[in-house]
Amino acid sequence: MSLLITGLSVQKSGRPILTDVSMAAPSGRITGLLGPNGAGKSTLLAAMLGLLPAEGRITFDGHDLPNMSRRARARMLAYVEQSASTEERLTVQDVVALGRIPFEAAWQAAPSPEDADIIARAMQEAGVASFARRRFATLSGGEQQRVQLARALAQQPRLLLLDEPTSHLDIQAQLQLLTLLRRKADAGVTVLIALHDLNLAARFCDHLVVLSQGRLAASGTPPDILNPTLLRDVYGVAARLLSDETGGPPTIVYDSAIPGSAT
Amino acid sequence: MTRFSFLALLALTLLSAVVAVTLGPADITPNEVWSVILHHLGLFPESPVSRLRDAIVWELRLPRVLTALGVGAGLALSGTVMQAITRNPLADPYLLGLSSGAALGAVTFLLLGLALLMPLGAFLGSLGALALALVIATLLGGATPSRAILTGICISALASAATSFLIFWSATGDSYREILSWLMGSLSGSLWADAALAAAVLLLCAPLILANGRALDAFAFGDTAAASLGIDVPRLRWTLLGATALLTGIMVAIGGAIGFVGLVVPHAVRLAVGSGHRKLLPHAMLAGAIFMLWTDTAARTLFDPRELPVGVITALIGAPVFLLVLLRYRRIT
Repeated sequence: MSLLITGLSVQKSGRPILTDVSMAAPSGRITGLLGPNGAGKSTLLAAMLGLLPAEGRITFDGHDLPNMSRRARARMLAYVEQSASTEERLTVQDVVALGRIPFEAAWQAAPSPEDADIIARAMQEAGVASFARRRFATLSGGEQQRVQLARALAQQPRLLLLDEPTSHLDIQAQLQLLTLLRRKADAGVTVLIALHDLNLAARFCDHLVVLSQGRLAASGTPPDILNPTLLRDVYGVAARLLSDETGGPPTIVYDSAIPGSAT
Repeated sequence: MTRFSFLALLALTLLSAVVAVTLGPADITPNEVWSVILHHLGLFPESPVSRLRDAIVWELRLPRVLTALGVGAGLALSGTVMQAITRNPLADPYLLGLSSGAALGAVTFLLLGLALLMPLGAFLGSLGALALALVIATLLGGATPSRAILTGICISALASAATSFLIFWSATGDSYREILSWLMGSLSGSLWADAALAAAVLLLCAPLILANGRALDAFAFGDTAAASLGIDVPRLRWTLLGATALLTGIMVAIGGAIGFVGLVVPHAVRLAVGSGHRKLLPHAMLAGAIFMLWTDTAARTLFDPRELPVGVITALIGAPVFLLVLLRYRRIT
């Protein structure tokens, strides 16, 4: 019961973006996908959505993700982008209701009562029900991202992919989002989240996968793999780990960029 | 509520059609209109009105009214679909150059002596313009709304120049004036054949478009978001853009390059029923029909006995609306 990737390679116009990546994301856990810009995090997520041709295998609970029907995949897997904007005059509720599209018939005029229920519950869970009637475009970045998460939850996914969802959020909104993901993981959802903030990753992720230049650089629990050597090799920074007296994960302190190190 | 507003709009369409038939130089009452229609449908054995009045209703006004309804519905649908699928609030078959392409195709076939195949020429022309626009968009690395409009201007200019040259080269006298009036957008001289052609292409394209209303909603946040909701993005895009090229091509073959209908109508309807395409598409279709019918009725009655090309009126209304849309969406254009 988990996400398994074996020997994944992706090329874009002849250039390798991902090379022979193998990894797993256990179910009911939050797996953090780390690596500097250009390491291939977004490409890996896109390959799982079947958006680009890829070699290798990606399976979830035995389903071959890139090759299953689009609708069936959308009923199992939901995706949240780094940021999403729209010029349509959509309310929060309209946006969350988009999550039911994979379950609707083409000629269905409006959400069924069951769908309406699922939409309402998703809004409750993501804490956006109180402004369900507001226009999406008028919300703050953090609120918009929670609405997108509510939309993803309305898909009732067993696998949730998120591509740097916290990049544009303030600290409170980041913590709210990850707390919510923790709750979903505890309920059995497999969460794979691309993150830039290593301290956030260390605090919230159960499992980490680190990519560097399209290859797997490390994988394991945060204390196992987050160390100065990895930070130097993958991110090109000199860093220290300061232990937390309250028993939490150590805090990473970045001292300097290492000159000439390629990332 | 939605069903009610749709039925109300449908009733308004029918009412508008009957009233529009009564308007014109010869005074004809709604009763006469009904009896002529019923007579021709075989329900009244003898026509209760004179043959002249019968001919005015049945041969002149009714085909024109029905053609206007069909052309308006088609152009409004095209505009709505293009706006959704390109995420461009300024998209419109006229502004993106499809209409000019269609006009070029139509004139080419006309001057080659293939008058009967003119709709095919118009379709090929609009398809060519669409393909060109998409190629240019790819070269630009993604089409922002303003880039798309600039590309449209370029394609329009090119197609119009080629059209003008063709007309200059081969048309003379009367046919020259006729082609020019048609180019500006005019439903004058519409026949039953025109109404039937408009109806046929609508019957072909409208169900396809309406059935994909919910899928168009999925495009609100872009292609990747649509794909993650289970939409086959490339297939849907090509199918629906093909349908809009067909609708635009045929409507241009019938009524010339009537501009701005695909821009004005969807934006107005959006204000009333919102952005959801399951509501927006059918409402825009009917509203487009009504809009076209009344602008065309104004075109043929305002300066009687002279007739204004209806494209002049739609542009007079459309250009300010274009500016309003531009102001409203200035952040993204």
